[in-house]
Amino acid sequence: MLSRWIDKHEKWIFPLPAVIFIIVLMVFPILYTVWNSLTNWTLTSRLPTMFVGFNNYIQLFTADPRFMASIGRTFVFTFGCLIVQMILGVGAGLLIDAKEYRGKRIVNSILLLPMMATPVAVAMVWLLMFEPTTGVLNYLLKQVGLPASKWLSSSSSVIPTLILLDSWEWTPLIILITLAGLATLPTDPFESARVDGANTFQIIWHITLPMLAPTISVGALLRFIDCFKTFDIIYATTGGGPGYASETLNIYTYQNAFYYFKFGYGSSLLVIFFSIVLGCVLFVTYTRKKLEV
Amino acid sequence: MYKKMSLFLLVVLLLSSVMVVSAQDKPFEGQTIRVVLSNHAWTDAVAPMIPEFEALTGIKVEWESYGEEQLNQKLTTEFIAGNAGVDVFMTRPLQEGANMEMNGWYQDLNEYAADDAEFDLADFTEASRGATTFSGTLTAIPLVTEQEILYYRKDILEEKGIAVPTTLDELYAAAEALNDPANEFYGFVARGQRSPLVTQLSAYVYSYGGDWFDRETYTATLNTPETLAGIEMYSSLLKNFGPPGVLNMHWAQCIGIFNEKKVALYTDASSLYPNLLDPTKSDVAEVTGVAVFPAGPEGSVTYDITAWGLAMYADSENKDAAWEFIRWATGKENSLFIQGEKAQQLARTSVWNNPEGIKSFPADWAAAVAASVGARSYDRPLMTAVTEARDIIGGVVVTAIEGGDFRAAAEEANVQFQALLDLEK
Repeated sequence: MLSRWIDKHEKWIFPLPAVIFIIVLMVFPILYTVWNSLTNWTLTSRLPTMFVGFNNYIQLFTADPRFMASIGRTFVFTFGCLIVQMILGVGAGLLIDAKEYRGKRIVNSILLLPMMATPVAVAMVWLLMFEPTTGVLNYLLKQVGLPASKWLSSSSSVIPTLILLDSWEWTPLIILITLAGLATLPTDPFESARVDGANTFQIIWHITLPMLAPTISVGALLRFIDCFKTFDIIYATTGGGPGYASETLNIYTYQNAFYYFKFGYGSSLLVIFFSIVLGCVLFVTYTRKKLEV
Repeated sequence: MYKKMSLFLLVVLLLSSVMVVSAQDKPFEGQTIRVVLSNHAWTDAVAPMIPEFEALTGIKVEWESYGEEQLNQKLTTEFIAGNAGVDVFMTRPLQEGANMEMNGWYQDLNEYAADDAEFDLADFTEASRGATTFSGTLTAIPLVTEQEILYYRKDILEEKGIAVPTTLDELYAAAEALNDPANEFYGFVARGQRSPLVTQLSAYVYSYGGDWFDRETYTATLNTPETLAGIEMYSSLLKNFGPPGVLNMHWAQCIGIFNEKKVALYTDASSLYPNLLDPTKSDVAEVTGVAVFPAGPEGSVTYDITAWGLAMYADSENKDAAWEFIRWATGKENSLFIQGEKAQQLARTSVWNNPEGIKSFPADWAAAVAASVGARSYDRPLMTAVTEARDIIGGVVVTAIEGGDFRAAAEEANVQFQALLDLEK
């Protein structure tokens, strides 16, 4: 009886655990966050928690300069990282792939090391190296006659420095993706190009890169989402400082939720954050489909 | 057989009587309490003694320790979730005290301490008890107190023939004279990180006659000439004579650079003293001097605060055992040891009056601290939304250190700060 019932409803019963899992751990928290974002839940306030409609959002967009600045900063950081990591990553991938030599696998493994390290540990080590007075980087700069930099401790250099740090850690991922993409390319187009007299640059520009484009765009999308969400290295190095100069959307949200205990306001920031990431992902997948068709 | 039997009975009788006695000795046998502490020198002093407490009372102590911000975040989230197994925790009355009290998370310790003659609550200074009392509730037993003082390099000042600064103008002049950035030596250092700097900025603001807000009317006073003068002095010292990385410096980084002999003058909390003057931790122990915070137009107006207290969670399921731990940790005997041997600045009068209690403090440090006792009881705005207020104030100082228009920033900050105060009237 029961087994027949199960047989009949197999398509519902088997996915059920996964569906429940997703509802409990993903759908519910998102909906709960959306609900919180419509309240004034603040731990430090004597006012009772109540539904305030879109007040938090209105305040964010009309009366919160820190929010606007943090959005701008997040995009600067994200695109800065993307540009550096894509150029370096794809370039290094092409170089590594160009020639066979002994010990190539070892070189590959070494290049991947930064990616394996824990971000907070990486951040702590770089924090010491970036120290303007006692850090090793300024010492090296001075040895070769270059002026010292303030690195993380000046508003103007903190974002570029963080981009440098993030790129050091994550460029290997793009190298890895590029190498994987190169391995799947057919050899015929390259041979015919050579026969037709194309030089290396032309081959790369007109054949390799267009053929790699789908792979690279996946890598770029992954890095985009990750850079946009970057929290660990910024929190561990500057905590959003100096002043607010490296306060990205994620850090600002964290400040609101866990330093100011403004859970309602923090939730509305998270909803906006989620919408931006979702919007960008949908946009990229949509344009990719268009391009491929 | 009969003999054997009676012998056995005798042994059982003896054993059980021993057990009864020990059970009376250890009324808490078998209980476990969870104690959440901060990564503080006080914790370092107490933690090794916890096994003694366990042997003494039979209470099993599960303790853990976190950085001060993580501690506050962890406790708050656990308390909100409502299923916290926390019994005893360290707390900062000036930072999270008002908020936690408002949310009803502190057990009123008057119920336990008031009638405990051996514990002697009145032995704690009146100021420290006042600091941990919120609307009649004794939220915590005071642990460490601190004042802002000036640390200086005796050898450098002597070498250059500069007297120890007694006023802020002299401090500025001395920092200027000692500053030698070409050789990586800097005149002055203090905290430059947005939020941590606020507490050490306070004595500058107070000494120029300023304050954060008027406590009668709840009017923000960040843009008054007095407060601005304090901010200007603090930020000019750091901008002109501070090390280049100062905007990312909390006290740990300040101490680091002072210990590396790269700075001449440094203002910060007196409780950091073990990090600088203890030869086992510091390279500059021999050559570091301590002086009273330099005077401004209003004199030397520093703070005298209770930085940490030991509290009991209101919903603790083991309150009697929790109190047993608190009264042991903050009792007279332990306080004498922690202050006398471990150089922590505690709040018990009897310990300060005992020569054993002050033997590890150098004379100049003790004099500077004694001169500051009874100063202002707050080093940050006394309110519930302290963290947000600190960010608002600290932002102005960061603007000033970076050479921006801090007066305009202060006007803007004053409006934001007022909005925050209006919520708490």
